[in-house]
Amino acid sequence: MDKPVNQRAWILVLPVVVLVAFSSVIPMMTVVNYSFQDTFGGNEFFWVGLDWYRELLQSERLWDALGRQILFSVIILLIEIPLGILVALCMPKKGWTASLYLVLIALPLLIPYNVVGTIWQIFGRSDIGLLGRVVSDMGISYNYAQNAFDAWVTVIAMDVWHWTSLVALLSYAGLRSIPNAYYQAAKIDQASRWSVFRYIELPKMRGVLIIAVLLRFMDSFMIYTEPFVLTGGGPGNATTFLSIDLVKMALGQFDLGPAAAFSLMYFLVILFISYVFYTVMITTDKGEAKQ
Amino acid sequence: MREDHAAGKRMPKIRLSAVIMIAYLLFLLVPIYWLVSMSFKSNSEILNSFTLFPDSFTFKNYQTILTDPSWYMGYVNSFIYVSLNTVIALLVALPAAYAFSRYRFYGDNHLFFWLLTNRMAPPAVFALPFFQLYSSVSLFDTHIAVALAHCLFNVPLAVWILEGFMRGIPREIDETAFIDGYGFAQFFTRIFIPMITPGIGVTAFFCFMFSWVELLLSRTLTSVDAKPITATMTRTVSASGLDWGVLAAAGVLTIIPGAIVIYFVRSYIAKGFAMGRV
Repeated sequence: MDKPVNQRAWILVLPVVVLVAFSSVIPMMTVVNYSFQDTFGGNEFFWVGLDWYRELLQSERLWDALGRQILFSVIILLIEIPLGILVALCMPKKGWTASLYLVLIALPLLIPYNVVGTIWQIFGRSDIGLLGRVVSDMGISYNYAQNAFDAWVTVIAMDVWHWTSLVALLSYAGLRSIPNAYYQAAKIDQASRWSVFRYIELPKMRGVLIIAVLLRFMDSFMIYTEPFVLTGGGPGNATTFLSIDLVKMALGQFDLGPAAAFSLMYFLVILFISYVFYTVMITTDKGEAKQ
Repeated sequence: MREDHAAGKRMPKIRLSAVIMIAYLLFLLVPIYWLVSMSFKSNSEILNSFTLFPDSFTFKNYQTILTDPSWYMGYVNSFIYVSLNTVIALLVALPAAYAFSRYRFYGDNHLFFWLLTNRMAPPAVFALPFFQLYSSVSLFDTHIAVALAHCLFNVPLAVWILEGFMRGIPREIDETAFIDGYGFAQFFTRIFIPMITPGIGVTAFFCFMFSWVELLLSRTLTSVDAKPITATMTRTVSASGLDWGVLAAAGVLTIIPGAIVIYFVRSYIAKGFAMGRV
């Protein structure tokens, strides 16, 4: 679709630019400023150059948190994307059941993040929670507050519970946009269920799936509230992901310099990954337009 | 319908997908059920006996919340800044989305990407600078501060979704209106906006939802006067850590607005997620 060139469109975009600049560029400048300085309280600052960056890059704390974060995001994607597609394929196509399922499935998405944490906190405790109680009664020792492995399983189960619906909704929307003629053609060719999925549904869902992977990757990469409420980053540092570590550093210890340097590197990593994704999205967009 | 085989051949397949659906729904609903059932139990029942249904059904937990200002003001505060945020986000995003959907201009793709990065930015990165920025303009602990802070991720999202809806409207409509002598403002408010009402509804829903569920920024930017319900809840956990019944009731009350809103946009929600630049 070719759009006319019109530079006056900038006037329409201006409010957004001003507003977002106010809430992102100015704070970002503060962060950059802090990351090169040290302070002993009050308003006295000293130029320290790249010291904070050097210190952080050598600190095990950061690398451990990054390692945990990447592991977490990868596990989340490996579980949620296939499960979400499966659920979308099993959803009824129309009728009142379809509406009912849509509403029920979307429910976890509307629960405040900290309430999600609270729900699982209550659900998983072996003294008052259904899950914890049932698992303990089966003879498996389970305590997410003390055992690192249990904490991981609980955090992952919580995230799957919370966000798989997003993938399912996106995939469902993708499936709904496939014209019926495709399925009829497949039926005439007597295609198997698998080849219908592989050669019709999956390629048609590619666009929404890219969005789903992007959103799930980003959001799991900056997860904060749910594990914070559930485990507080513990036991020990087992579930201390990047955001939790950063907030501890910035608002807990008020280590402005290291926290700022940490923020910038964190942001740059995210920016780089978004850029890769965005480029892929644009290329697929063009590729589809040509077909 | 694509599975018009003989009934016997069709049955197992349908049954399998129904089983998967029901298993998934159980997985989703059982933890919520546990929260709801706990909210109707007294604290001693929660701690001393293990019951699947509330033994002595009580509304006391809800009563505590609805009569104590430090609880119910949390809901009021949340509502105020969430509504403010939704209105601001829609007002600025509408013209911008129109520009993106209709024209090419200098740097449009870069601008769009820049907006997108703000949706992808970790709120934790912004917590500290926001705290200082809003303190320095003495907006700390006000509703407008939280509303503006949430614009960071909601405005890009609103532009993204609205642009998708606007692209679906043929450009000929704009041109006809301009030929008929409509000015831009008149065309935009009288003709264009009514045509994308579903899009606006979906966008408002998403802005509402993302602002409603966010905790980190709203907690950092408030202390007393604008304290949202989500922050009130975390404080209660750490302070007493015992009153599970009230905590569960507070949780249930935060789910209700979302559940109501979602009912109205149910047929658009999947579409809204998928809009964007797909």
